[in-house]
Amino acid sequence: MKKANLQRRKFIKGLSATSGYVIASPYVKTAHSAGKLLLGIWDHWIPGANDVLESIIVAWGEKNGVEVKVDFITSIGNKLLLTAQAESRAKTGHDVFSMPTWYCSMFRHRLEPLDDVVEDIIKKHGPLLDSAKFYAHLDGHWRGSPAPTGSFFDSMVSRFDLFKEHAGIDLQTMFPANENRDANLINNWDWDAFLLAAEKLYKAGKPFGATIGATPDSRWLGALFTSYGAELVNKNGEITVDSDEVRQVLEYMSKLTEFMPKSIYAWDDSSNNRWIISGQGSAIFNPASAWAVAKRDNPDIATKLWHHDVPRGPKGRYRSDNSQYWGLWDFAENKSAAKDLLRYMAERPVVDACVKASQGYDIPLIISHFNQNKTWLEASPPDGVLYNYPMKGDEIPVAVGYPAPPEIASQITTQYVIANLTARVTSKGHSFEKAIKWAENELEGVMRG
Amino acid sequence: MKFSSFYLWLRQKPRIAFFMCLPLILMVVCLIIYPFIYSIFLSMLNKAETKFVGIGNYLFLFKRETFWLVVQQSIFFALVAVFFKALIGLIAAHSINAIPSKGQRKWRGMLLIPWVIPPALSTLGWWWLFEPTYSAINWFLVKISLPAIPWLSETFWARFSIILVNIWVGAPFFLIMYLAALKSIPADLYEAASIDGANYKQKLYYITLPMMKNIISITILFSIIVTFANFDIVRVLTRGGPIDTTHLFATYAFRVGIESGDIPLGAAVSLFMFPILGTLAFIILRSVRKRALEV
Repeated sequence: MKKANLQRRKFIKGLSATSGYVIASPYVKTAHSAGKLLLGIWDHWIPGANDVLESIIVAWGEKNGVEVKVDFITSIGNKLLLTAQAESRAKTGHDVFSMPTWYCSMFRHRLEPLDDVVEDIIKKHGPLLDSAKFYAHLDGHWRGSPAPTGSFFDSMVSRFDLFKEHAGIDLQTMFPANENRDANLINNWDWDAFLLAAEKLYKAGKPFGATIGATPDSRWLGALFTSYGAELVNKNGEITVDSDEVRQVLEYMSKLTEFMPKSIYAWDDSSNNRWIISGQGSAIFNPASAWAVAKRDNPDIATKLWHHDVPRGPKGRYRSDNSQYWGLWDFAENKSAAKDLLRYMAERPVVDACVKASQGYDIPLIISHFNQNKTWLEASPPDGVLYNYPMKGDEIPVAVGYPAPPEIASQITTQYVIANLTARVTSKGHSFEKAIKWAENELEGVMRG
Repeated sequence: MKFSSFYLWLRQKPRIAFFMCLPLILMVVCLIIYPFIYSIFLSMLNKAETKFVGIGNYLFLFKRETFWLVVQQSIFFALVAVFFKALIGLIAAHSINAIPSKGQRKWRGMLLIPWVIPPALSTLGWWWLFEPTYSAINWFLVKISLPAIPWLSETFWARFSIILVNIWVGAPFFLIMYLAALKSIPADLYEAASIDGANYKQKLYYITLPMMKNIISITILFSIIVTFANFDIVRVLTRGGPIDTTHLFATYAFRVGIESGDIPLGAAVSLFMFPILGTLAFIILRSVRKRALEV
C-alpha cells in the first residue's frame, strides 16, 4: 500500500516536471512536421528533365518540412490515364496528379477547386494562355494549377534545306530567329501556299507527314479546322458540323492528302518523329522533341530542322496546344501543403529550370514566363532552331474541339471525331454528305449527359 | 459436450466439402461475381454517375453507327479467327500425332511458343513487322520487286493483320487440346477399321472426329469467348483504326469508358458481349452434355 502511494507521488512529480519542460521549451520543427505529400507526375520524354523537377520538389519539401515523394508515371500505353482513373474511383493514391489536356474536364468532380492558388499565381505572374484556361477553368472554377512541365505547342518542324531547294521557300528568312519578321512574307504563308509546297516536296520524294488516325498527334487537324472556321459543335453546344466551312476544309484535305504518305492513317504518336528524323520527310507538326531526339540519333538532320509558324487559314492562324496542369484530388490528405507547392511551382526560377532541362520542349502556361525565357533563343544547332517554337507572330493556340464547351470538346478529342471525319473522305472516299452525316451521329453520342 | 456436437456437425461430408471450397467461393465472389454485378450497376448510370438510367445506355448504343460497326467486326473477327485456329490446330495436331513419339516433344514445344509468350509482347514484334512506314515485311517485298502492303493503314489489310496475329497466338491452344484428344482415342478402333479396309479419310470421319466432338466443341467455345473479348492485339497493332474499322468490344469499351471518361457507357459496351456469349455457351454446352449422356 505504502509502495503504491510512493509511486503515485513520484508519478505526479514527474508529470508536473515534464509539463513544465514542454510548456517552457520552444517549438522544435522536425524534418517532416508539415506532413507528407505524394505526387503522381507525368514522366517526361526528355532525358534528365525528371531529375531536375524532382530535385526542385524535394528541395522545397526539405525547406518546408514536408516529406515529398514523386512518382513519375509514363503516358505510354495510357498508364497515366489508367492510374488517374483508378485513383479517382478508389479515392486514394497521390495528392497531386498531372492533368494533361482534358484530364481536368474528365476528373472535374474529383478535383479540388484551386481558385485561390491560380488567382495568386495570376496576381503575381500575369495571365495564362487563353487556350490553357479553356482546359482547366471549368464551371467557374480552376480545377488545375499550371504545371511546370509537359505543356507544348505543335509548331511546324520543317527541313529548311528541302523547302528552299524544292519549294523555293526560305523558312529561315520568313521566320527568322529574331524579331525582324517580314509581315508580307508571313501573311502569304497560308494553307494554299503550303499545299503548293507540299506538292513540290512530294514530287521531290520528301513529303510532308502528319497522322490522320486515332492518336493524340492528330490534334493538328483541330487547328486546321479552326483556321477555316469549321466547327463541329458551337459554343452553345449545338451540332454545327454540317456547314460550308467543314466542306471547305474537307475539300482542302482531299487535295493535301494526295501529297502525303498513305501510311498516315496508321501512324502513332512517334511515327511523325521517325518520319522527320530518318530524313524521309520534309515537315511535321510537333513540339521540340523530334529535334531533341534528332540531335542524338541523327545530328546531320537536326542541323537542317527549323521550328516555325503554321500556315494561316481564312479565319486565322491557329496552332494546336497541349496544356498540362497539376490537379489536387479532393481526397488528398495534405491540401494546404499541396497548394503551397503548386504556388511555388509557378515561380519563375522553377519554370525556367524546367524549360532548360527539357531543352525547350516545355512551354509555360504563364505568358510572362515564356516571353522572357532565353532557352529557345540559345538552342542550337542550327542557331535559332527553337526561336519560333513559342509563338512569336499572329498565331493563336487552340484546343481540339474548340469552341464547343470543354466537356464536349474533350469527347471530340478523345474519340478522334475530326480525324475519323477527315479519313472517311480522304481514305475511304466517302462523299462529304455521308461523312458529315456520320459525324452528326457520332457527335450526338459524345454530347450525352 | 457442446464442442463435440459442433465437431460432429462440422465433420459431416457436405460441410467439410463446403469449407474446403470456401476459399474458391470467396475468390469467385470477389473477383468475378462482385465486378460483374458492379459493372451491370455502372452500365445503368448516366455519364456523371449521378443518376440511374436503367437500360438507357444500351438503348443509346443501339442508335450509334460506330457501335454497330463494332458488333459486326467483333463477330466477323471471332468467327474467322476461331475457324482458322481450329483448322490449323487440327492439321498440326494430326501431323504431330503421325510422327514417332520420340520426335514429338520438340515439335510440341516449338509450336507452343506463340501461345506461351505474353500476347502484348509478341504483338509488339508483329507491329514492327507491319509498321506503317518501316515495315520489315514491306522492306523484303520491295527488295524482291513486289509492292509494299498497307498492313495497318487500310481496312482490309488491318483486319487481315489482326486476324493473322490472333491465329498465330491462338492456334497452339487448339493444337495441344486436339493432340490430347487424339492420344485418348483407343488404337484398337483404328486397327479394327484398317482390318475392315477403311482408308484415312474414312477413319477421320467415322472415328477421329466423332471421338473428338466434345473436345472440339469446348475448345471452340473457349476460344470464341477469348477471341471475342480480345484486347491486346488490336490495342497494340491498330488501336481500333483505321477509322474504327478494327475495333472490337473490348477496345471500343476502353476508348469510350477509359479514354473518354464515360465509364457507364464503356461498361454497357463490354456487357453487350455477355448475352451473345452466354447464348453460345448454353447451346454448345447443352450439345456436349447431350452427347455425354448418349455415351
